[in-house]
Amino acid sequence: MSASHDQHHPMTLSGELRMDTGVIINKCYQCGKCSAGCPLSSEMDYPPSLVMRMLQTDDPKNYDKLLKSMTIWLCVSCEMCLTRCPMEIDIPRLMDNLRQKSVRAKKTNPQAKKIIAFHKSFLDSINYTGRLYEMGMVVDYKMRTGAMTQDVMIAPKMFVKGKLNPIPEIIKGRKKIAEIFNRVQNNKEVKL
Amino acid sequence: MKIGFYPGCSMKGGAREYQESVVALAKVFDIELVEIPDWNCCGATAAHNLNKELSLSLPARIMALAEKEGITDIVVPCAACYNRLSVTKHELAEDASLCSKVTGIIDLKYSGKTNILNIIQFIDKYITDKLEEKVVKPFNYNTACYYGCLLVRPHAILNFDRVEDPQSMDVLVKKSGGNAIDWAFKTECCGAGMSVSRTDTVARLSGDILKDASDRKAEVMVVACPMCHSNLDMRRPEINKYLDEKISMPVLYISQVLGLAVGLDAKTLGLNRHMTEVILPDKPVKNAEPAEVSKKVANPEKMEA
Amino acid sequence: MSRIGVFVCHCGENISATVNCEKVAQISKELKGVEFSTDYKYMCSDPGQTMLKEAIKEHKLDGVVVAACSPRMHEPTFRKACSEAGLNPYLCEMSNIREHCSWVHPKDDLTTEKAEDLVRVMVEKVKKNKALNSIKVPVTKTALVIGGGVAGIQAALDIANCGHKVVMVEKQPSIGGHMSQLSETFPTLDCSQCILTPRMVEIAQHPNITLYTYAEVEKVDGFIGNFKITVRKKSKSLDEHLCTGCGLCTTKCPQKKIPNEFERGLGFRPAIYVPFPQAVPNKPVIDRENCTYYIKGKCKVCEIVCPTKAIRFDQEDELVEIEAGAIVLATGFDVLKSDFFPEYGYGKYKDVIDGLQFERLASASGPTMGEIRRPSDGQIPKKIVFVACAGSRDPAKGIEYCSKICCMYTAKHAMLYKHKVHDGTPYVFYMDIRAGGKMYEEFVRRAIVEDETQYIRGRVSTIYEKNGKLIVKGADTLMGAEPVEIEADMVVLATAGVANHGAEALAQTVHVSYDAYKFFAEAHPKLKPVETNTAGIFLAGACQAPKDIPESVAAASGAAVKVAALFSNDELTREPLIAVVNRQAPPVFSSCVGCFLCQSVCPYQAIEREEIKNRNGEVIKTLAKVNEGLCQGCGTCVALCRTKAIDIHGYSNQQVYTEVMALLND
Repeated sequence: MSASHDQHHPMTLSGELRMDTGVIINKCYQCGKCSAGCPLSSEMDYPPSLVMRMLQTDDPKNYDKLLKSMTIWLCVSCEMCLTRCPMEIDIPRLMDNLRQKSVRAKKTNPQAKKIIAFHKSFLDSINYTGRLYEMGMVVDYKMRTGAMTQDVMIAPKMFVKGKLNPIPEIIKGRKKIAEIFNRVQNNKEVKL
Repeated sequence: MKIGFYPGCSMKGGAREYQESVVALAKVFDIELVEIPDWNCCGATAAHNLNKELSLSLPARIMALAEKEGITDIVVPCAACYNRLSVTKHELAEDASLCSKVTGIIDLKYSGKTNILNIIQFIDKYITDKLEEKVVKPFNYNTACYYGCLLVRPHAILNFDRVEDPQSMDVLVKKSGGNAIDWAFKTECCGAGMSVSRTDTVARLSGDILKDASDRKAEVMVVACPMCHSNLDMRRPEINKYLDEKISMPVLYISQVLGLAVGLDAKTLGLNRHMTEVILPDKPVKNAEPAEVSKKVANPEKMEA
Repeated sequence: MSRIGVFVCHCGENISATVNCEKVAQISKELKGVEFSTDYKYMCSDPGQTMLKEAIKEHKLDGVVVAACSPRMHEPTFRKACSEAGLNPYLCEMSNIREHCSWVHPKDDLTTEKAEDLVRVMVEKVKKNKALNSIKVPVTKTALVIGGGVAGIQAALDIANCGHKVVMVEKQPSIGGHMSQLSETFPTLDCSQCILTPRMVEIAQHPNITLYTYAEVEKVDGFIGNFKITVRKKSKSLDEHLCTGCGLCTTKCPQKKIPNEFERGLGFRPAIYVPFPQAVPNKPVIDRENCTYYIKGKCKVCEIVCPTKAIRFDQEDELVEIEAGAIVLATGFDVLKSDFFPEYGYGKYKDVIDGLQFERLASASGPTMGEIRRPSDGQIPKKIVFVACAGSRDPAKGIEYCSKICCMYTAKHAMLYKHKVHDGTPYVFYMDIRAGGKMYEEFVRRAIVEDETQYIRGRVSTIYEKNGKLIVKGADTLMGAEPVEIEADMVVLATAGVANHGAEALAQTVHVSYDAYKFFAEAHPKLKPVETNTAGIFLAGACQAPKDIPESVAAASGAAVKVAALFSNDELTREPLIAVVNRQAPPVFSSCVGCFLCQSVCPYQAIEREEIKNRNGEVIKTLAKVNEGLCQGCGTCVALCRTKAIDIHGYSNQQVYTEVMALLND
């Protein structure tokens, strides 16, 4: 796709999403099969087919609503929508993109704080050690969310069963991983 | 045989028994699994949510390290890791400029020629042929094979099994002497990475899965993903609370089921590590065919108008 | 030296407003070979034509160029006038100075100059024109109708009632097609069999109609007016002349558990069977795949019980040769197979059925005698879900089109259900309701308003069985895409209508083109809807695209008229503007080298092989030969011919080059 969005052809929102993800918003004919099969749609503020409709309006107000929505954070990328979509629209890829834009625009829904905190703690752990250090990540997550008492009852049992590693596995190429984190585009939102 | 092995982070921690059982099973069939040196986390569910390039770079590094070792097949037992590695391989193959960008980020040579095998593909390629002759203790339980999302979707990229009502794990269970039941929630989502951040959601989704299996008289559930396992196994107290009923059905990894069938003991397979206690009473071996052979319905397709 | 006449038309003001017609005529007069030129206000009018005719005679013209409108408009007019004046009509050409000039340019000297150029081009072409004679083809006044559903029946009866002979070939043991399986028909709810069976009987009794059931077309040769068809009559293992249709054999056959195709698998039939009680002909056939005698070598119960000794176990297939002047394809459609819907459990759960199966349940002569009972346990479903667009409008499943009939029959199903199960609730999941048609929208409203069908706008994601119920998971897109879950007792999928099994092979046998979905292709989507690209072969009904009954019948009557028009003359007159392979003196015979590339690209199968033999009868060369009956003059072969052995009469390479040179040499 050529980026021919000069003043004569200003880039529409759906055009921008097409550039970023390859997804053609107008392919959606609102059958609702995605919303019907989505495991999370009952908890979402906008079920997937409604997200598609809102994007089709090309209205910045609707776009803004989506960046502030819970929907984008509740989506677990289970790919059910794409699997059954008669138009083969890659909604999960669109959701990834909306999430990234939401963080970049600092518009994340306050209620999604825990979900985002978890993702960030997860990536933090990788950034520092190269691998996920589960115990460290959980502590980091608790610091971010203040959910100090969550799951404390389960930890001792996990420890006994050998499921909690007290010492992080630090890989030799730890620095290489940190470099990757430094080199990727838009890395601000993943580094904190 | 030198086969690459990518355990992934959870198999070093919460899903330690998965790694133990995979390695033990491989050993029974004289297969040596070589861990990719100095592997890193694939980024799992977190990276793609927040940063596209990061979500591709982390798996790309893993595959590049494997290439450096001359490894052609990488066994990736964790369904989430399998998915991330496969998706990355696909995206980099589709988009040359993205590929060169990512190889720049990881600062390693990457050709994209390694085969990514999930646990079932690994078993099918190296074990299935010899499985039945090695079965000494048929796993004769009603078994609900749970595939989840990441093993079969997106089909266009993974091209593994059928996307609705998959069968590959059912076949392995049958070959191990078990009865793979027909049920409806094989590929429904368990709640994935929201175990910590939205435990109630996970309890609902995983609860519905366990409930359907239990209603259909499953005695054990089999999975191929540490994330699914932790949701279905570790979150059992929350699940039982949501269902308002106590489901004590154990959740096993497919490698544990095969391991038991070929005579490995519970401890080797790490069964003691599960949070929901694994109680599998000895049962007399039945020679009967699995009960789910469908009654023959007259087939409308034969009609030619 | 040519003697060409140029006639420049003003077309009222249409041409003369921007083109100086007098000047065009004057300049043309100066052209080499032009004997006469003039201009006139309306060349196509009677005085104009008279002027043309008199000029031809007076000046002994041997070529005419009329500079006027498009040849599409008046070429036949002027050619006819030439013919009446004794000039071969193909020595008359038109130069289009209206659409190509006056209408698209402003009044200007340049516009006039362009008109002069256009005339000059045609003058040069006419010099190379040859006198041609129209082609006469004899017509065999028998029509072959392939397929005995409602479309085939209608077409056959219409043609036969025009006084022409018809041969009908039907693959199944009985005619009637899908319509004979239906319960009641929208939007009037009249009984399908009640309106169809009299027509079926008419087919059997009509003196002009020969009916071959259990038969298939195997080979089609020839061309319009002169087709030669080979039909394979599959062995029915029966002497039809002796059989009285008493049906004793069918009641005594020990094989009783063969899924009944007519009942869409919801009932059983014996190995010797009549598909349904009203079948035409009402005589049985033996299904050899399932007959004990053919499988195990013994049984013969039917032979023993037959009072007229009509059973023939050793009967063989029979090949019948038919000569026909026209062919009507009416092979109908099929519904989508069960493996298309793994997410809906179709083929896995007994109580997830398709629309045709529901028709059988609702039919008074069906397996439940018209009571709506679900297949698994015979219970009357209290909650029933109809899923529209099951496969249709679903590019992911390879079907992009709308099957057109489902919206209506789904509304009808919901209505029939409610009429039979008063305390039941019908639900319909739909995306759009497409009810364009006389009394159609009203019918759907009735299903919603009077019969209280719950219409939910959304597509179903999945269906699974739980505790004897079918859990249908959908969404209501008019309620913000809120998830909807219905515990249904039965589900009916309005599966997409698809091309009939074997449509592709038949199209290749008959030589007609078909679309990406394997439906037969019409010659023009608007103006030639019942014609195919192959002259003399017509389409009727759902073999072309999904169609409902009225539409199928209308198309069938349309095809019948086309056949009747073709049969209204003893000979067929065709324009001689066709391809021809050049011939030269021996030993070359032709510049054709026999590569037959032309044959592989000809869309009309008009290229034949001609063997040149010496005196001893030995083949010394094989050349391409154009069948005058089939060639449509498209020129594809000319473009591909490597040795330039083929040319088109009236549009030869030489003529076209001459036209180009006339422009370049200006």
